[in-house]
Amino acid sequence: MAEEVKLFKTWSTPFGLRVVWALKLKGIQYDAIDEDLSNKSALLLQYNPVYKKVPVLVHNGKPISESLVILEYIDETWKQNPILPQDPLEKARERFWAKFNDEKLLPSIWGVFTKEGKEREEAIADSLENLQFVEEELTGKKFFGGEKIGLADLVFGWLAYLICVFEEVTGLKIIDERFPLLLAWIQEFSELPIIKDNFPPHDKLIIRYQAFYEKYHPAK
Amino acid sequence: MSKEELVILDCWVSPFCMRVKIALSEKGLEYEARAEDLFGGKSDLLLNSNPIYKKVPVFLHNAKPLCESTIIVNYIDETWSSPPLLPPCSYGRAQARFWADFIDKKVFDAGGNIWRSKGEAPVEAKREFIEILKQLEEALGDKDFFSGDTFGFVDIIAIPLTSWFYAIEKLGNFKVEDECPIFSAWMKRCLKRESVAKVLPDPEKVYEFVIMFRKMQGIE
Repeated sequence: MAEEVKLFKTWSTPFGLRVVWALKLKGIQYDAIDEDLSNKSALLLQYNPVYKKVPVLVHNGKPISESLVILEYIDETWKQNPILPQDPLEKARERFWAKFNDEKLLPSIWGVFTKEGKEREEAIADSLENLQFVEEELTGKKFFGGEKIGLADLVFGWLAYLICVFEEVTGLKIIDERFPLLLAWIQEFSELPIIKDNFPPHDKLIIRYQAFYEKYHPAK
Repeated sequence: MSKEELVILDCWVSPFCMRVKIALSEKGLEYEARAEDLFGGKSDLLLNSNPIYKKVPVFLHNAKPLCESTIIVNYIDETWSSPPLLPPCSYGRAQARFWADFIDKKVFDAGGNIWRSKGEAPVEAKREFIEILKQLEEALGDKDFFSGDTFGFVDIIAIPLTSWFYAIEKLGNFKVEDECPIFSAWMKRCLKRESVAKVLPDPEKVYEFVIMFRKMQGIE
């Protein structure tokens, strides 16, 4: 049976991009449907009634939601270029870091972007602590997955193209020389063709996040 | 083959620890549960094994630490394959992971909005809690367990949280059985299993714990 793979996403969502990277890494043909989140399609609402969010992967008519669930599904279904190791302990480690990114690191950095005053100071402190944990995890490794990229690299991948946007818009340095391994990882990761060829356009991201920033920090 | 050493750093009232103990029990595995004093002072072993979150459960397999209950349950399932906790096909597994993630994101916090509230529990908090259980009822449908006829992964992730429901019901002044009969029937089915019955604490004791915890936090 011919495979039919569709991916509902937006041009800018980092959660959708990690799925794009996984599909490209495995050479899977798919149709990309870019949603307008202010006017969600009937199909998206039908495929993800619980959250009504992107990304949603639809494989031969069957929908899967939540990016980490989608990534595991892709890895189990298409075995070439695996993003998770075979060893259960190593697999648990990849999953741990993926969860850490989504539950701790990303929210803390988003807090630096959106908050003000004392709350921003706290977000900065949290972010630095979280980044330090990530820095330590890279000790002796080229990628989080070792010699090749894996699940954790794809999930941390937003750091490679979005941190510079946040830094430009806020005027704050978020990943500085205190994190040499992370900076080296960003360099290595960004040089991979399937990664950089799919980065959203930088100038479009600047416009988008500038608009967000003004919303969170209205001129007094 | 040398004997496996399985240890869980544990707290009797933590639903997250209960998940790990149920999974080990389902696999017929012997383990040592070491009680942590979460208020008096966490052990060095806990702080060294889980430096990022400093939380229970920590599962030590031949002294190698694993953290985060859902990740631990996955590890147990992958390391000791019989009986399998996840369904055999990729799509079924994706559905199971989706619902486990939903339960993780929603249930405990929604319950917390009721048992942590000062005075009478807000109507909105009760409405949200019931709504979440109703979504789980839809996921159950007319199946005995979340993935079908067999007790498995999603049931293990969900059932420990229900040990706090008596406390939530008393403080919220409602009954889950009245509002969500399908979910209630599923709870009773799970409680018949030996692995669940021997691990879940007496709901009265959980209620006493919650009352004590509220006093400690200055909630009246």
